Amino acid sequence: MPDYNWPEPDSAALVGKRISRVDGPAKVTGTAKYTYDVTRPGMLYAKVLRSPYAHCRIVSIDVSAAEKLPGVEAVYVVQGAGTEIHWQGDDIAAVAAVDEQTAEDAVQNIKVQYKQLAHLVQEEDLSKAGDRAKPAAEQVVGNPDEAFAAAEAVTVEGYYGTSVVTHCCLESHGFVAEWEGDTLTVYPSTQAVERLTGQFAEALKIPATNVHTMMQYVGGGFGSKFAVDRWGIAAAHLAKQTGKPVKLMLERAPEQMVAGNRPSVYAKVKIAAKPDGTLTAWESDSWSTGGMGGGGSPPMPYIWNFPHQRKRHTAVSINAGSARAWRAPNHPQGCYVTMCSIEDLAAKLKMDPLDLVLKNIALTGERSELYRQELLKAAELMEWKRRWHPRAQGSPGPVKQGLGLALHTWAGRGHAAECRITIHPDGYVEVSTCTQDIGTGTRTVIAIVAAETLGVPMEMVKLNIGDNHLPPGGSSGGSTTVGGVSSSTRRAAMDAREQLFARIASGLGTTAENLETVNGTVRVKNDPSKGFTWKQAAAKLGVNPVSAMGKNPDEAKGALTSSGVGGVQMADVSVDTETGVVRVNKMVAVQDCGLIVDMKTAESQVYGAMIMGIGYTLFEERVMDEITGRMLNPNMEFYKLAGLADTPEMVVHMWTDAEQQKRGVIGLGEPPTISPGAAIANAVANATGVRVPTLPLTPDKVLAALEKGGLA
Amino acid sequence: MQAFEYAAPSIKQQAVALLGNTWEDAAVFAGGTDLISSMKDNLLAPKRLVDIKGIKELGGIDFTPAAVRIGALVTLEQLLAHPRLGREYPGIIDAAAGVTSPQLRSRGTIAGDLCQRPRCWYYRAGFGLLAKDKDGKPLVPNGENRYHAILGNQGPAYFVNPSSLAPVLIAIGAKVRLYNGSSSRDVPLEQFFVTPKSDAERENVLKPNEIVTDIIIPAIPAGERLSATYEVRQKEALDWPLAAAAVALRMNGGRVQSARVVLGHVAPVPWGAPDAEKVLTGKRITADLAIEAGKESVHQANPLSKNAYKVQLARVAVKRALLRAAQGGA
Repeated sequence: MPDYNWPEPDSAALVGKRISRVDGPAKVTGTAKYTYDVTRPGMLYAKVLRSPYAHCRIVSIDVSAAEKLPGVEAVYVVQGAGTEIHWQGDDIAAVAAVDEQTAEDAVQNIKVQYKQLAHLVQEEDLSKAGDRAKPAAEQVVGNPDEAFAAAEAVTVEGYYGTSVVTHCCLESHGFVAEWEGDTLTVYPSTQAVERLTGQFAEALKIPATNVHTMMQYVGGGFGSKFAVDRWGIAAAHLAKQTGKPVKLMLERAPEQMVAGNRPSVYAKVKIAAKPDGTLTAWESDSWSTGGMGGGGSPPMPYIWNFPHQRKRHTAVSINAGSARAWRAPNHPQGCYVTMCSIEDLAAKLKMDPLDLVLKNIALTGERSELYRQELLKAAELMEWKRRWHPRAQGSPGPVKQGLGLALHTWAGRGHAAECRITIHPDGYVEVSTCTQDIGTGTRTVIAIVAAETLGVPMEMVKLNIGDNHLPPGGSSGGSTTVGGVSSSTRRAAMDAREQLFARIASGLGTTAENLETVNGTVRVKNDPSKGFTWKQAAAKLGVNPVSAMGKNPDEAKGALTSSGVGGVQMADVSVDTETGVVRVNKMVAVQDCGLIVDMKTAESQVYGAMIMGIGYTLFEERVMDEITGRMLNPNMEFYKLAGLADTPEMVVHMWTDAEQQKRGVIGLGEPPTISPGAAIANAVANATGVRVPTLPLTPDKVLAALEKGGLA
Repeated sequence: MQAFEYAAPSIKQQAVALLGNTWEDAAVFAGGTDLISSMKDNLLAPKRLVDIKGIKELGGIDFTPAAVRIGALVTLEQLLAHPRLGREYPGIIDAAAGVTSPQLRSRGTIAGDLCQRPRCWYYRAGFGLLAKDKDGKPLVPNGENRYHAILGNQGPAYFVNPSSLAPVLIAIGAKVRLYNGSSSRDVPLEQFFVTPKSDAERENVLKPNEIVTDIIIPAIPAGERLSATYEVRQKEALDWPLAAAAVALRMNGGRVQSARVVLGHVAPVPWGAPDAEKVLTGKRITADLAIEAGKESVHQANPLSKNAYKVQLARVAVKRALLRAAQGGA
């Protein structure tokens, strides 16, 4: 049995190198087909009538006029008379018609009587939440009262928060559904091709074996695309009713209103330290919303294990679309509140926050030495020690420059996955696993691992993904995919290689254990002159290909993934103190994530995460109107995202050393999006000398904080 | 979206003949960047679109000794690419460059910029131009009004004029030429914009059977070509200004002989600031004077519940536009 491990960096041909993503050309030339691009013969288009009110009861619904409209083939009532609706944009009825316009017209012909009910759509002012606020039990660690009361304690109090933001997938949510008898074929836009199987089967009361889900490309998910959703089931019903394929994709407005968001958090925080900066105590009163379900507490204090803590959290239920997992769920909020509070304490102590976090680094636990090294590396790349200045003591003139930092962590252990590898007699290699590439480079990573293991060029590896008839490959969430599928692929490839060796060894006058694959050849170890080219070796298989299964985890076959990654980010900003406009000049990210399969796509994850971070820090905010109960910016105009021109110089340093090599492949997609909020906001505080309490850091808030003055 | 007729005339007489007596009859379709999205959002439902893009006489930029004529169909990108226009009217270039979307600059026209509908999010959500609830109560004063008017906002209109080019065009004395099929009338651009007092009114004096054919700008003697626009935008990438100011200065011996200061995105119409102009007259432009002019420009501002910050932004925009214009003159 082979030794199941990863190749060492000096012997690796592909793993750890900078390799362009294999589907890049297909994406930029438009040959990559997303669900939005799927068309089926005779396909109908579906549109959804959505609630105009944040809270109401459906008194009656009359679809007859819609049904009579020429071109309309079916109407499906999602939530009928008597139903209580809890947020604007919730699905009420869906129409399938010959084209989008007819479906849209039909939706407008559905007559619904609503009884409006009282709503709450804003949560920052907790005093207005009434019985919508549900406090959880207080949590206490150590003796916070004593720690705060200590004579030497230096305390700082602050208020910090982040608004609800939405996922903004470039490709909206949606499905194409098609029946053949009792068998349903679905083309979803999803992060979970195989998980949808059971969800459709259960909702439609058909055997899971009758559901076929297929997707090759998805235009973003970020945590919002794991479910069939009401509109997916509606599409399936409409397809059943009409006997024709039905396509239902959300328009941008409902995409922003109902297809997911990140919970807010608001927190009043008090922390204490000894005069030398040693952190002692944490106290927080926080609240948040994730829609009707309220919102749980983010991890606070984040990363820093204060010896004494008191925490109270209140979930606020509001009439707005429900939260979904948003890239590193809860971490950006927890990081923001914690790191801003620590930065404010550093300012009060007149300490450089870099010195303060280094001094307390042991409070971060087992990762502390790595964090220390990462902080020093980031500081070097930012020239922190040369460029940092105490608060508001930077450049003269109205535009103030400042630096800020934050730290983050994530788990990222590779998830359960299975993979089948087939070596065909012509030398081509087929890798089959039901995973999906949500833009993270999953395809590329699988191809690299298979090609590396078999010693063949990547062009000889053909991938089959995104089809639930393939071996299960898991959902893409929690940054667990690359660790999972690279491990299953590695094991399958090693076993396939063993089988190949076994079948051809005698032809080389040796036994399987004496063979190796190197650079397109199969040869005898220690006697490289004896061997076959890869194609010759494969040809020896005759008519019977080699096929092997690999899975993750597989205790008997090595530990190829582990858990726990982290990183440090630093931001350099300019704040125009006359206008309140903030620009990010530069960001530095130092990130560890175990063994890196593809340096290029790994760095790309960090770049994207930082840009997304600039978005939620400076621009993004779900604006809810308390009077009408509406979301006022369900568009890409006043829901503001960072554009190219708002993107700063970005320096990414991936942490690679023997220790990370040993840890195996760990996920990376989420962690680098955690720190930007705190790093940028702290840089703004450093630049201006004042704390802008809540994200996004819009000009009105920056100016208000400057006018108010003071530390917090 | 309601089905509509599409017509693409090649001369302006035909275009106007295809328009109707009410706004519901027809809409003029040029760049379409606002019109099409308004139709998709069910804000507008014209029975006919009159595509004027094929009417050659509505294009072109012509210089004569007395005036510059800019055709209605000239795109923002064409303005930016015109070297002489940039030399003589730098404030126009500032304003066009402030539209940071290449798509909008390439597609959007100068007349479209002037005639686009307000971006008020209540209006865009279907609550009407005057943004009222079903009982007729205005939504803006107690609602989310961070982007709304700080001047001329006594109601019933609270939106801000969205034009990027109007402030500078007013500052340099532009007129807009309107054509109704039989005759043309030239309207000073500052009189083109009006604040609607009822749901029946619109934001400008254009009638349903008229089109904008040209923008006419008086020629400016060499040496007096000082103009600038300054926009405060939160984002560098596509974003609407939070406040903007345009200035045009006529200089005499290093002193301001006369000045025009016009604010954008602060009121339902581009907002002239005569008190700021008075402060400037006869003076040399200095940082202190620019600050004073900024203050004077908004001293009558009456912000709503959530937009007081825009008063400060308007002050700064005026100051910076003045300093920028003064630099350009030397």
